[in-house]
Amino acid sequence: MGMTSPSGRAMRQVSNGVLIVIGVCFALPLAWLLLASFDPTANLTLKWPGTPTLDNFTAVLTPDLAFLPLFNSLLLSAGCAIITVAVAVLAAYPLSRYKMRINKPYLYGILFGTCLPITAMMVPVYSLFVALNLIDSMWGTVLFMAAASLPMAIWMMKNFMDSVPIVLEEAAWADGASMMATLTRVVVPLMRPGIAVVFIFVFVQAWGNFFVPFVLLLSPEKQPAAVSIFAFFGQYGAVAYGKLAAFSLVYSVPVLALYVFTSRVLGGGSALAGAIKG
Amino acid sequence: MSSLTETVATGSRGRGGPRAPRPRRAGRTLGRSIPLVPSMILIAVFLLGPVVASFYGSFTNSALTGSAAEGASFVGLQNYLDLFANPDFLQSVLLTVIFLVGSAIIGQNVLGLGLAMLMQNANAVVRGIVGTLVVTAWILPEIVAAFAAYAFFHDDGTLNELLALVGIHGANWLYAVPMLAVILANVWRGTAFSMLVYSAAITEVPADVVESAEMDGASGGKRLIYITLPMIRRSISTNLMLTTLQTLSVFTLIFVMTGGGPGTKSSTLPILAYQEAFKFSQLGYGTAIATILLVIGAIFSIVYLRALKPEVD
Repeated sequence: MGMTSPSGRAMRQVSNGVLIVIGVCFALPLAWLLLASFDPTANLTLKWPGTPTLDNFTAVLTPDLAFLPLFNSLLLSAGCAIITVAVAVLAAYPLSRYKMRINKPYLYGILFGTCLPITAMMVPVYSLFVALNLIDSMWGTVLFMAAASLPMAIWMMKNFMDSVPIVLEEAAWADGASMMATLTRVVVPLMRPGIAVVFIFVFVQAWGNFFVPFVLLLSPEKQPAAVSIFAFFGQYGAVAYGKLAAFSLVYSVPVLALYVFTSRVLGGGSALAGAIKG
Repeated sequence: MSSLTETVATGSRGRGGPRAPRPRRAGRTLGRSIPLVPSMILIAVFLLGPVVASFYGSFTNSALTGSAAEGASFVGLQNYLDLFANPDFLQSVLLTVIFLVGSAIIGQNVLGLGLAMLMQNANAVVRGIVGTLVVTAWILPEIVAAFAAYAFFHDDGTLNELLALVGIHGANWLYAVPMLAVILANVWRGTAFSMLVYSAAITEVPADVVESAEMDGASGGKRLIYITLPMIRRSISTNLMLTTLQTLSVFTLIFVMTGGGPGTKSSTLPILAYQEAFKFSQLGYGTAIATILLVIGAIFSIVYLRALKPEVD
């Protein structure tokens, strides 16, 4: 935009100033997290660490405290993302390629499902898990998380699949390939970036999910980092803020890295926005 | 749920034109819809099942422990009557509305739109840094964001430290004004979404329209009200609905920061449902609250789908 007039320049200065103030407000809570993690005597106050050390990290990075919960997080998130993507690719194919009477009600049902507050479902889901004897089961939790992320995943996957040209498939059909062969050999390779976006989207959501494993998993050795970090906060939170901050950072790094990867490599920012816009 | 989707579908019928398969194609259609089956099973068992059970369970006296845990019996509308007679529940509804209006409808939307517009006029470095900070708060796992917000608003936290620098003795925010603290925390955490949606929308407003309005002497405020806002109204309504739905189900942030307290002073509906069901073992009662939340979410979803008619063909 051409902003050469004097009023334009003044406007730019004001915009910069206001943005910097807002930026500082947004940075302060994050700054505490960062500074406290390097401060062996951290408390809740924002202060520069007297002698910055990695003590908090070395204290937290033990098998019991961090590695097992992080491994559990990986198990839950990867399991959930793999199942979700596989099921969503299957479901998206007929929705994208065939005109069937079921498409419209099914897609509206999916959209409706993306809007339902999952938090509200945790009480009835707990009852269901008691009835099915799935409480404290990793598989049960993975399947529920996959089901909960399916509506959004199917919707995104169908939109990605719609943009894959149908011409190549028609050639495969002409050669007598079955539906499954066409899907796995022609369509899936062509929409790898889209599949990666959906996978990362589901993985990140599952990685950050606290409430679902908090309700459905009971044994400490099965709990993911989100839940164990909360237990840590409850038990030692009052004294060990530095370790809490260090653990929080370690736990956040994969999510931040995946976001940067998605937006830089896959152009996922706009892809995600496109999916969300509906 | 099927009846609800049916309503939505009939509402928009006639746009795509009917493509009903002929009877002899029935077998082929069946074959073609087989890939839908796994998704249908997962959704039916783990989403539809609990929703239906939730409606049913809210009419029983089931509990986590005690005699009622064995054979729950049908109690009709008793849970709902108890609910509406309970001041905690009515307060919780009010708190949820305050939370939705304060943090989603006003906070995230206005700040998100403001940030998007300011960024149009700012220089690239400021835009990049501020954008990254806002998005980072949104990308962080919810529990980490909750710890950071907790440390910020705590009695000994960053906010009071800064206020002390200018000679103000700050309040104990998490106890004195818990709702304000969680609303601000949710604005901090969630604004990035609105900012991204509005940034995308504003770049699609044709520059020549804005420029010609500027030539005609329209001030910045007038350009906003008469040009920009009408042109991005679809994004505004989409964003309002989505942020409202996301905020309706916020649990972790409030749970970590205040635990719904002090007392029940920040117990929104998700927190209250959790407390009733798991802390006080009143599963039927908690289910009734969950059911009301689901109904509110469903109403919002239907309004959203009807108003925006997303293209499903």
